[in-house]
Amino acid sequence: MLADKYAAEIASILARYPIKNSAVLPLCYLAQDEYGHLSIDHIQEVADIVAMPYTDVYEVVTFYSLLYDQPVGKWVLQVCDDNPCCFTGGEELVADLEERLGIPAGETTDDKLFTLQRVKCIGACHRAPVMQANLEFVYNLTADKVPGVLEDLIQQAQSGGTLSISGRFAEK
Amino acid sequence: METIRYENGYPGGPANGYGSEYPNPFLKEHVVLRNRDYPNIGQIDEYMRLGGYEVARKALTSMQPSAIIDEVKRAGLRGRGGAGFPTGVKWGFIPKDIFPKYLVCNADESEPGTFNNHEVIDYNPHQLIEGMIISGFAVGATTGYIYIRGEYAYGALVLERAIREAYDRGFLGKKLFGGDFEFDLYVHRGAGAYICGEETALLESLEGRIGQPRLKPPFPAVAGLYAKPTVINNVETLANVPMIIERGADWYRQFGTEKSPGTKAISISGHVKRPGNYEIPLGITMRQFIYDLAGGIRDGHELKFLIPGGASANWLINKPEHLDTPLTWDDLAAKGTMLGSGAVVVLDDSTCVVAASMKVDEFFKHESCGKCSPCREGTHFLVKVWERIEHGKGRPSDIPLLNELGKEMLGKCFCPLGESAVSPVASAIRYFSDEIRQHIELGRCPLGASHPMPHPSVAEGGTRTGAAAAPVR
Repeated sequence: MLADKYAAEIASILARYPIKNSAVLPLCYLAQDEYGHLSIDHIQEVADIVAMPYTDVYEVVTFYSLLYDQPVGKWVLQVCDDNPCCFTGGEELVADLEERLGIPAGETTDDKLFTLQRVKCIGACHRAPVMQANLEFVYNLTADKVPGVLEDLIQQAQSGGTLSISGRFAEK
Repeated sequence: METIRYENGYPGGPANGYGSEYPNPFLKEHVVLRNRDYPNIGQIDEYMRLGGYEVARKALTSMQPSAIIDEVKRAGLRGRGGAGFPTGVKWGFIPKDIFPKYLVCNADESEPGTFNNHEVIDYNPHQLIEGMIISGFAVGATTGYIYIRGEYAYGALVLERAIREAYDRGFLGKKLFGGDFEFDLYVHRGAGAYICGEETALLESLEGRIGQPRLKPPFPAVAGLYAKPTVINNVETLANVPMIIERGADWYRQFGTEKSPGTKAISISGHVKRPGNYEIPLGITMRQFIYDLAGGIRDGHELKFLIPGGASANWLINKPEHLDTPLTWDDLAAKGTMLGSGAVVVLDDSTCVVAASMKVDEFFKHESCGKCSPCREGTHFLVKVWERIEHGKGRPSDIPLLNELGKEMLGKCFCPLGESAVSPVASAIRYFSDEIRQHIELGRCPLGASHPMPHPSVAEGGTRTGAAAAPVR
């Protein structure tokens, strides 16, 4: 249970706010990293900690695009397809990743390693095409760099290091 | 103060990924992006070596809160998040006799094309924190939250580290600088919702609910976070405060114009040679910004149009009266557009107007919070029409239909998001109606541009077929 395993972290999160409800997003992030996604049981666990009705937490989970109520891969790859990225290589990057991973955007590979998503502006437009892998930026991701990046992500996943789809340990 | 290092006549540092290697002849000394002059200013020792946190000490030990507010008013500081509302006036709305009060930093920078707060957070976090201490003291807030968009996960860690350092040195917490004032500061990560940049939606989100805007009044100054008086300011607004208090309103007013004083960090992206952030004295022209700073349009192409203030802004096109517009709130408003969040997206003659419009409205549809029907349904229909034109199924009646939809949305949405979705409709039809008409008649892009694929979250059934769906030529 989160409440036992992360007692200190949860206490520190709750202490930031005068009401428990405010902790719902950070706790969803914590639960999502622990369990891989937010199922009914996981949402209930968060709801118990913040003393909110299950339905209210569920509403939050389905509203915010970085919270996943369905299973996702170890790496969630999010490619910006907004203006101006879509005119500076973003569309080609999505097509390239779809081909290499063998899945259309929005889906997860059979080995559960990658989920590929199209997303809207992620605030790095000057370094298009741009992608986030578990919310870590990969800038200027042109086709020639894609194989190396995927190889690196596979290695990180296989080496058993801590991966955070919520970006709680993101690096530059 | 330290003298500034000049390289080739300009202050310069190593490339930081935001375009710091590019010269900026319009500004000898940065006010907000001071990491350009002092690349290591993000480290607390370096920040303190440059006089950091001494301004907070001066403000908290020798100034009355009202004097700080007056100085910010005199400086004419206007909110950098988009609306341009005078910051000192906003602070003045806070009632004196209700406790506690809150200071919230809006770091939910999500307007497409905008990444200037991103650089401040990554490279100059202590100036933001010091700005929050001074601002908190000025309005009597004892707790601050930095609401940062979820995608800036690394930025959140930078801020958390910087806040911890500030606590360790006694700049945050109780009995600050030997006085009675206390100020606690926390980072709160959003989770991927553009609407949370709208200040009341942000407060809803911070209170643990979905990010839907509140009915105003009451305004946050009266009943904001936890129904208490709350000031919400943008990252750049708050980062300006230490410089204004240290050097005074007159110094600050050497930059910019009478009604738009100061500098503004503006992001530029798209088809320019040197995309990145540039801090400019307000009042230089769009032409100077695009051509002198960002190096102009990529070789072999001409400017077609630009989105000057984030996706919400009406477009400007390649004609002198647009390009010679000074970058100030009032001058851009006079041209029917806005300075907005400080983002210029430049698109050249290879860009399909229909595709660009579709992308803008896809964004607003994706980000519509669902609270009011003109926005929720309106953005849905706008995307639907743009998409069928884009994919060769446009109808002759679609241009009037887009106009009609826009008219039904304007003035009828609960918050500015839905209204913003009309900007590409209004702009594209105003400036490029012939191209749209051709697109409809030919059943394809007259420029031969490739089709961006629709976003799966907004795609109509059957338009998405997976890995084989390379861009259709």
